[in-house]
Amino acid sequence: MEGVCGKPPIRPNPADASQPARGAAIRLRRYLPPVASLAAILAPLWLLEGFHLFQLTVAVIMALAVLGLNIVTGYSGQISLGHGAFFAIGAYVTAALMSHAGWSFWATLPPSAALCGIVGYGVGLPALRLGGLYLALVTFSLAVAVPQLLKHRSLEAWTGGVQGLFLSKPEPPPWLPLDPDQHMYLLAVLVAGCCFWLTSNLVCSRIGLALMAIRDHPVAAEASGMDIAALKTRAFAVSAMITGVAGALSAVTIEYVAPDSFGLPLSITLFVGMVVGGVASVLGPVFGGLFVLFVPSIAESISRATPGVVYGVILIVFLVGMPDGIAGLIRRAAQRIGWSAEDRTT
Amino acid sequence: MLLEVKGLKAGYGTAAVLHGLDFEVGEGDVATLLGANGAGKTTTLRAICGMVRAEGEIVFGGERVSKEATESIARRGVAHVPEGRGTFMELTVEENLRLGAHTRRDPKVRQDFERMCGWFPLLKERWRQQAGTLSGGEQQMLAIARALMMRPRLLLLDEPSFGLAPLIVRDIFGILRRVREESGVGILLVEQNATLALDLAERAYLLETGRIVLAGPAVEIRQDEAIRRSYLGY
Amino acid sequence: MDAFLLQLAAGVATGGIYASVALAIVMIYRATHHVNFAQGEMATLSTFVALTLIQAGLPYWVAFAATLAVSFVMGTLVERLIMRPVQHAPVLTQVGVYIGMLLIIGNLTGWVFGYTTKVFPSPFEGHGPALGGLISAHQLGSVGVTLAVLLLVYLFFTQTSLGLAMRGAAYNPASAKMVGIRVGRMLALGWGLAAMIGAVAGMMVAPIVFLDPNMMLGVLLYAFAGALLGGIDNPAGAVAGGFLVGVLENLAGPYLVGTELKLTVALAIIIGVLVLRPSGLFGRIVHARV
Ligand SMILES: Nc1ncnc2c1ncn2[C@@H]1O[C@H](COP(=O)(O)OP(=O)(O)OP(=O)(O)O)[C@@H](O)[C@H]1O
Ligand SMILES: [Mg+2]
Repeated sequence: MEGVCGKPPIRPNPADASQPARGAAIRLRRYLPPVASLAAILAPLWLLEGFHLFQLTVAVIMALAVLGLNIVTGYSGQISLGHGAFFAIGAYVTAALMSHAGWSFWATLPPSAALCGIVGYGVGLPALRLGGLYLALVTFSLAVAVPQLLKHRSLEAWTGGVQGLFLSKPEPPPWLPLDPDQHMYLLAVLVAGCCFWLTSNLVCSRIGLALMAIRDHPVAAEASGMDIAALKTRAFAVSAMITGVAGALSAVTIEYVAPDSFGLPLSITLFVGMVVGGVASVLGPVFGGLFVLFVPSIAESISRATPGVVYGVILIVFLVGMPDGIAGLIRRAAQRIGWSAEDRTT
Repeated sequence: MLLEVKGLKAGYGTAAVLHGLDFEVGEGDVATLLGANGAGKTTTLRAICGMVRAEGEIVFGGERVSKEATESIARRGVAHVPEGRGTFMELTVEENLRLGAHTRRDPKVRQDFERMCGWFPLLKERWRQQAGTLSGGEQQMLAIARALMMRPRLLLLDEPSFGLAPLIVRDIFGILRRVREESGVGILLVEQNATLALDLAERAYLLETGRIVLAGPAVEIRQDEAIRRSYLGY
Repeated sequence: MDAFLLQLAAGVATGGIYASVALAIVMIYRATHHVNFAQGEMATLSTFVALTLIQAGLPYWVAFAATLAVSFVMGTLVERLIMRPVQHAPVLTQVGVYIGMLLIIGNLTGWVFGYTTKVFPSPFEGHGPALGGLISAHQLGSVGVTLAVLLLVYLFFTQTSLGLAMRGAAYNPASAKMVGIRVGRMLALGWGLAAMIGAVAGMMVAPIVFLDPNMMLGVLLYAFAGALLGGIDNPAGAVAGGFLVGVLENLAGPYLVGTELKLTVALAIIIGVLVLRPSGLFGRIVHARV
């Protein structure tokens, strides 16, 4: 557990930094990673254009959705196979409020997230009381059923039925010299950044530690008087909210929602992204998001079936051979070259 | 010799439990393995059956069986009544016994059902009852009967008296005595009740933290001062 | 009233299919303590194999038997090659491997056999409606076939020593080894049998819903609902549950929600069971090792 939450265990002592050269080196090591990451995040604004920037935006959104799933599966150890459903709810609430009621994008986020949280709580409550198998079953079924629900007549006035809903990207404010694509990227990065920051704090909070204790030592955790089901259900609700926010972002980015894009394949995509990126890692979802966006489009150029087959094979290979995913790979590589990994993982 | 064990080492994960045991069981003989809790008695039986990682030589009926799978060792004629009895709780008494005879193809299986009912009359009354609903004593009898249905040459018994009332324990040991006389099966008996075990056995081994510290004919071991003080209580 | 009987009869017919898949799921569950999410995909692949054999000119029942044999081999191979290596792995790994199998088998099926919807023949067609028009010949025939399969499976598990050994191996693998049962083989056999039962369900449902790579997804959902309703560790219960959800679906279909929400009915049954009677009608609560 050393170096898990909070700062890396060995901190440079300022008194040691008497020699100016060494002080500079330490400062470099300390400030380089955040500055470099910030630069890496913002650079695409100018380096990429049009479709490529759009793709990257979608990758950021997928990363956020995977982050949500990671909270419930990675940190609290419950398997959800239906997070696509929450993605769908977030997307549809935002799309409906924007296109029918003329709300602004920002205003739709709270109700989107709230509804996802409520549905997550409602689905998680009966299943999580009983144990993980049931959650996997219920969420799998939810994922399969969602497109049908979205198409249903009684909701058609809001959801647009089979046709779905069109909406448009929020306009960049006049004082920002950005085009709508750049603006959307910035929005996605901003929202995702907030969620990642909140999550990494949550993971290291008492609740996060309790969740991991439950995951790793369920019997001991129960014996120590934790209300396991309640904690797990809350974690599930939070995770549904985060994935829902990602759905909301995707609705405005793609400017279109349609029921059949939110079926089981989406849920499985998120699951694959989580495993490949790195389970129980805050950075993992970033790699997961990039992976699920770019690998299938490469594979699709071979045949329609290949993305699925490639996904399946990669999923099994990662689970068996590299269960801590790309994030784990990078962490180990970083440790080898002596760079203190700040990724807060267990 | 029915069973010859030389330099047996075994453990769980990185923890070594047995540090080189030598012992043997003669054809049709009863040997008993005594020792305090945690000495490694259960581990010894598991090692013989290939249920834990083990090193050393285990020769059964003249053939090396070390490193063989549990199923294969069972098929060679080693029947194990494990700690906790290992009955198939969801199945009936009859089905448990049928499973005991799973590997047998000879026509005497039917006869052996009768034989078990003779040795364990209680089981006959519970023939179609789920094993999980039997009392502890009945379950122990069922476990032994199931093992005997294999027509084994060697029976490994892990604390058959565990958790049972003294009267039932006496019954079970009475039955065991009858069984060995009538069937000629060799027995390796792990027991906390040293008095009963030494009464039944020809040979005895005393195990302490994974090593055999005393070995010899049961009658001699019974006279041993140390044994008397720590295990027999007089 | 007639319409009601009609729906009831149709419910029993589809219920038999759900019951078969539910049984396949429970069989695997009892041996591995996990739900095989790829069960539907395996059944679809089997059905495509059957179609190919029929199109190659084999008589229906010959193709049927050959498909069962192929499915059996496929099931055992899946166990040996994919599930065996991860049998002691963490839960996430095992569930993930099931999902990986779902992806691989489902997409390979589409790749090899195409994504267009295909008509699958029924061996009972051309006999006209049966039971005074209450039920189509195919529905009646498929009830007969599924009931026969279920009966055979029941007899196999209760009357043969191999069936008993398989039950013993699933209940208590450690003790099964001690009496010389080759537990690994029993597991592979169980997978083979489950794949066979799924194949029968696939071949019986395909004439009704038409054949495409996603054909079994809805069936799988109803099978889950049936298995949970009957008790996930109870084969007989799962069969009863399968029939029950089949009837429920067909009654709820026209009278309550309309046919577009069929999958949601399954979801509602699943959640309803978990809320009201988590152990199912005939089972015990299972605390999975998650
Ligand atoms: N599955 C296991 N994993 C790890 N260690 C084990 C396991 N089983 C037993 N041990 C350890 O091995 C040692 C010997 O255990 P064993 O069960 O063989 O003792 P025993 O002589 O049968 O004791 P008892 O009389 O209490 O049954 C003990 O220290 C025990 O903690
Ligand atoms: Mg013991």
